[in-house]
Amino acid sequence: MSMMFAPRLTEAAAPTTHAAPTWSPYDNNGGTCVAIAGEDYCVIAADTRMSTGFSILTRNYSKIHQITDKSVLASSGFQADIRALQKNLDARHQIYQHQHSKQMSCPAMAQLLSNTLYYKRFFPYYAFNVLGGLDSEGKGCVYTYDAVGSYERSGYSSQGTGMQLIMPVLDNQLKSASPLVLPLRQSTTPLSEVEAVDLVKDTFASAAERDIYTGDGVEIVIVNRDGIRHELMDLKRD
Amino acid sequence: MFSSAVSTTSAPNTRTSQPIVTGTTVLGIKYADGVMLAADTLASYGSLARYNDVRRIQKVGSSTLIGASGEISDFQSVLDILEGMTREDINLDDGYTRTPAEIHGYLRSVMYQRRNKGNPLWNQLLVAGYREKPFLGYVDLIGTAYEENFIATGFGAYLAIPIIRDRWRADLSEGEARALVEDCLRVMYYRDCRASNRIQIAKATGAGVSISEPYVISSDWETANFDIRHSTRGSDGSSW
Repeated sequence: MSMMFAPRLTEAAAPTTHAAPTWSPYDNNGGTCVAIAGEDYCVIAADTRMSTGFSILTRNYSKIHQITDKSVLASSGFQADIRALQKNLDARHQIYQHQHSKQMSCPAMAQLLSNTLYYKRFFPYYAFNVLGGLDSEGKGCVYTYDAVGSYERSGYSSQGTGMQLIMPVLDNQLKSASPLVLPLRQSTTPLSEVEAVDLVKDTFASAAERDIYTGDGVEIVIVNRDGIRHELMDLKRD
Repeated sequence: MFSSAVSTTSAPNTRTSQPIVTGTTVLGIKYADGVMLAADTLASYGSLARYNDVRRIQKVGSSTLIGASGEISDFQSVLDILEGMTREDINLDDGYTRTPAEIHGYLRSVMYQRRNKGNPLWNQLLVAGYREKPFLGYVDLIGTAYEENFIATGFGAYLAIPIIRDRWRADLSEGEARALVEDCLRVMYYRDCRASNRIQIAKATGAGVSISEPYVISSDWETANFDIRHSTRGSDGSSW
C-alpha cells in the first residue's frame, strides 16, 4: 500500500538538455547621461554615440526622450530595451491624460518609471535612466535609477559608461549638504542655468577623453518655466 | 495513484540557438538620388559555400528594399510577414502604402518581440527606401534599430565602413556610389571567408525600386599582398 505513494525512480533522472547559451538577448550600446537640478530649471544631457562592441553604429542617436511637458528621460544601456521602455511610458502617459485630463507630474512619472522597471524584475530592461524635469512647485528635480527600478531624487546625477568619470566631478562642483544635516538644505544647485549647462559641457568633454563609448556629440535639454529648449555640442569623434 | 516515473526523453528545443544557413554582409548607402543596397548572392552552410544564387535583397511594396544577413530561413519568414503587409496595402486600396520608415519600425517590433520570447529571427536587416526622401535603417535579431547615411552588417562593419567613411558624401552620383559599393564588396571577397564575388546592387529612388541581376566582380589575387612567396617573413622580425 505504502509502495503506491513512494516515488518510483526507475533510472537516474535524465538531466534536461540545456544547450550552451550561444546568444545574449542583451547588448550594451554605451553612452552617458547626466542631469542637474536647479532652483527653477533642470538640465538633462546625453552623448549621441551608439556603439556595439568596439564599433560605432551611429554618431547621431538621441538618448533623450521627452515624455511630458515637464519630464525628460535620458537613458543609456541597451537601446532596443530603452526604446521599448520609452514607448511603454508614452502609452501609459497617454492613458493617464485621457483619464485625468492633465499631464503627469515629474514625481508621478518617476514613480511610474520605477514600477515599470520593477515589473520586469526577472528579465530587466537593460536601461540606466536619469529622469529630469520640474516638480509641481516648479523646482528642478532629478531622479536616478538602476536597471530594476530602485530610485532616488537628488540634485544631480549621471548614468552610463562615463558615469564613473563624471560623477566625481559633479560631486566636487555641486555637492550639497547631507540630507541628514538640519536645518534641511536644498539639494538643487544654486548655479545659474547657464553655469550648469557649461558644467555639463565640460564634464562630457572630459568623459569623452577616456571613455571609448562616449563621444561624437552631446545633446543638452533644458527644462524651465518657459518650456524646453535644446542645445547640441560636438565632442571628439575618436 | 501518485507515481512519478521520470521520462528519459525531454521535449526538443524549438527555439533558434544558432544560425545554420547564413548570408554575410549587406551594405547600404544613401546617395544623391536615393539609397543603394548591395550584397553577394552566397548562402553558406558553416564553412561550405552551399548556395550560390541566393537573393538576399528583395523588394517590399513599390518603394522599399530589404537586405538580410544571417539565417536565410528566418529571412524567408520575414519576407512572408512583409508580403502579408504589402498585400494588405494593395487590398485596402486607399491611396496609401506603408513607407520604408514604417516597415522599419514594424520589423523592429517583430524582432524585439521574438527576442523577448527567447526565439529570435537570426538576422541583421537593412531597410532602404525612398518616399519623398531617402531612408536607410538597420534592425537586428535583438531589436537594436537605428537610421544612418551608410550601414554595413556583419563583417562589413569592420571592413567596409572605414572605406565608406573615407569616401562618402551626401551628393554621390549613382556611378560613384556603385563604384564605392563594389570596391567594398571586393574587399569583403578578399578578406571575408564567407563572402563571394557574385553580387547584386539594388537602388531605391524617386523613380522606384530596382534590383540588378547578379554579376561577378573582378578581383586580383596576383598582387604581392596575397602571394606567400613575397611574404615579409623574417624581414621585419615578425613570424606571420
